[in-house]
Amino acid sequence: MLPQYWNNYFIVALSFFLALVLAIYPLPLDWRWWRPEFVLLLAIYWISVFPLTMSLFLLCGLGLFEDLLEGVPLGEHSLSMIIVAYICILSYQRVRNFPLWKEAGWVFVLVGLAQLPGNWVQSMAGRPLAGILFLAPALTSALIWPLVREFMDRICSHYRIT
Amino acid sequence: MIALILVGIFTPWLKPVRQQLNFLTVPFYQLTDIPRRLSEWGTVTFASDNDLRSENERLKTELLIYQRKQQQMAALAAENVRLRQLLNARDILQDKVLIAELVGVSPNPLNHVVIVNRGSKEGVYEGQPVLDAFGLMGQVIEVNEDTSRVLLISDPTHAIPVQVNRNGVRAVAEGVGDLNRLNLRHVSINADIREGDLLVSSGLGERFPVGYPVAEVEQVVRNSGQAFARVIARPMARLDRSRHVLLVFDTHSGSSEHSSSSSAAGR
Repeated sequence: MLPQYWNNYFIVALSFFLALVLAIYPLPLDWRWWRPEFVLLLAIYWISVFPLTMSLFLLCGLGLFEDLLEGVPLGEHSLSMIIVAYICILSYQRVRNFPLWKEAGWVFVLVGLAQLPGNWVQSMAGRPLAGILFLAPALTSALIWPLVREFMDRICSHYRIT
Repeated sequence: MIALILVGIFTPWLKPVRQQLNFLTVPFYQLTDIPRRLSEWGTVTFASDNDLRSENERLKTELLIYQRKQQQMAALAAENVRLRQLLNARDILQDKVLIAELVGVSPNPLNHVVIVNRGSKEGVYEGQPVLDAFGLMGQVIEVNEDTSRVLLISDPTHAIPVQVNRNGVRAVAEGVGDLNRLNLRHVSINADIREGDLLVSSGLGERFPVGYPVAEVEQVVRNSGQAFARVIARPMARLDRSRHVLLVFDTHSGSSEHSSSSSAAGR
């Protein structure tokens, strides 16, 4: 029997792996705006479960890997990842007491915030901003958050992750 | 982190790093490609006999039509070579092509980039033009061992030199981030461009071969107060629908050296 933390590591890594696959799953070109930011959602979730042991360095590395995967300038996702992760670590105690809908609203704010560095980087690389459409991933992320939360809570209780 | 971003955007230093690390991303794209392969396998395996028969029939008819055109084409090509020799011009050779299949789409909604399943193993090079059955699609911007990334002509950072097929008026068509739209830059207000004109690649800049259809002019707005007309065109290639694409090998000598230094793409 492996020790408990191996179990935890495995589940966390596996969930991030699935999130990365979902993040690059091919969608029709015009629908891509509505893809939720799965990796970011999971990062927010795991920080709320392990606020003291999630490593910002590892999350930063994960963001870099996502940049590599998506073919965008290196650092775009990792910058937004550490910004969001830092805010999450500062605020997890308060957010824990939120009802689910309020939590979804908070996720909307966080993902919207994460879009800003991305838009900044892309506009520096010569692509014009798309107006208010850049909030579309934040909206879908917030809408899907209750599902993610419920699903991950079940996984956690099933595999006794603490 | 911000320094890393700036270095990545404004210098080419991180490019080799990317190329080295790109093998890590291959399994992910293979994984997301599985559903497509399954559905393809399904349609092949569970196709009904009748459907196959009728498709076969249709393809045979099409083949006949194309063969007839081909016969004409041979005569025309020979005549073309003769006339070019009279003019002392370099004769255009038939371009070699490689068929590739789309395996991924860039997840970032601001990039119009697709991923195809051919790479440096098959001799794909950076700057190589990509076509589909209807027109020019874009060019290769990043080559890995088995896959490469293709920048579509509708990407806001892409521009392509074109000419009107009817009369040879030249212009530059640039993407605006919309799949069904290209803008022509700096078209003077009295230039002879009409709605419905076919724009073909002009071959200036030596990156794209001459004479492939690029777009059709959809709208020309002439405002007499302004120096330039606003010309909107619709790409001929089905940028969001084509699954099979053609990678064109330039048959002119030293093409890759040319293309890496040419200014055909990017502003």
